[in-house]
Amino acid sequence: MTGSAQNQAKAVALISGGLDSMLAARVVKDQGVHVEGLNFFTGFCVEGHTHAIRNHNRKRPKRNNALWVAEQLGIKLHIIDVIEEYKDVVINPRHGYGANLNPCLDCKSFMVGKARQWMQAHGFDFIVTGEVVGQRPMSQRRETFPVVQRESGAGDLLLRPLCAKLQSPTAAERNGWVDRQSLYDFSGRSRKPQMALAAALGIEDYAQPAGGCCFLTDATYARKLNDLWQSRGKKTYELDDIMLLKVGRHIRPRPHFKLIIARDSGETNYLQGYRHRFSHLTMTSHNGPLTLIEGDINESEMVLAARIAARFGQGRDANEVTFDAVLGRGDPVPLCIQPLPSSEIPAQWYI
Amino acid sequence: MTRHILDASNLLCPMPVIRTQDRVKALNTGDILEVRCTDPGALNDIPAWCRVHGHEVVATDEDARGVVVILRVKMSDPA
Repeated sequence: MTGSAQNQAKAVALISGGLDSMLAARVVKDQGVHVEGLNFFTGFCVEGHTHAIRNHNRKRPKRNNALWVAEQLGIKLHIIDVIEEYKDVVINPRHGYGANLNPCLDCKSFMVGKARQWMQAHGFDFIVTGEVVGQRPMSQRRETFPVVQRESGAGDLLLRPLCAKLQSPTAAERNGWVDRQSLYDFSGRSRKPQMALAAALGIEDYAQPAGGCCFLTDATYARKLNDLWQSRGKKTYELDDIMLLKVGRHIRPRPHFKLIIARDSGETNYLQGYRHRFSHLTMTSHNGPLTLIEGDINESEMVLAARIAARFGQGRDANEVTFDAVLGRGDPVPLCIQPLPSSEIPAQWYI
Repeated sequence: MTRHILDASNLLCPMPVIRTQDRVKALNTGDILEVRCTDPGALNDIPAWCRVHGHEVVATDEDARGVVVILRVKMSDPA
């Protein structure tokens, strides 16, 4: 291993905020390597703060897990905005999607490739990930490990400390930057080896054991994204589109428009920030959620939208509910309607 | 020492941190940056980012309009 700070090897570690990447970085750091973390923001990341929009999640600890991990490890963390570049990964995945719209293998190659670029630009020696062979059905298999190395351009500058003993030695081991004997041979979907290692290293607190860090693996979210693409006739998105898919009930009564109805006051507050870009409905006669309308609608369709939105406020059983209705960039206009009976809202309208 | 203001309102985590990180890259040691956010999570995350990168958190505040974090750039951090 490298001894003096002058010759100290430098590794950049992909830090998701979960346990595996935390352990991988820690194992390498404990061998005397200078480690810094990278975390990529794709727009699809599941973060406590996104959940914290909703009222019932307000009491959850509001922390960015990747930053928290970096602080626990005592390493720097660089958070990189890859929203624009990542679109191609989501829209045109070379290796296709997993169970939902998760392009996990393309995603891993993309992120390791970005880490390689960062490593080269900053004079680091190798890349560390928390991958475990057999851990994930799409991206973490024996057959896909070489794919990630090849397509990312990282080659054998990629070290997977948690399963390194099951792989051929990489540059980090051959060059003596790390001691191969102090690395691990974890495999399979069991979390027990990682939890045991965490305990041995004195790590008692960590975020989700595995997965759950990307909205693209979520069936409901994937359905909303597919609906967005179908309604537009093409696979495109902007950051605001994919953020709004995380918020509210989405109801599409007609192909050319949908309603985004806040589920509580937290979501209403969040959607307030978007209302100037959308036709929208604010309930005035009763307590009720803010409703955004995505798509161009006419006045009769605004009435339909209001009748649907009225179902989700305290006036759902009233004879009349009144809104301030804003069509396009117009001024608010009072709109009095009768709420639509729930029996007249077909299940297929719900996205 | 120069005082700068960064408006990160209406951005959700981790964008306020990313904007802060990018802004700090262009500042000098000793400069003060006041970051204004509406995501309450920034009250934890920006100070956490400062701690891991060695910058000083001078003050934090939270009111109905949002969150303010004031930091002093402590070192050159080109990465």
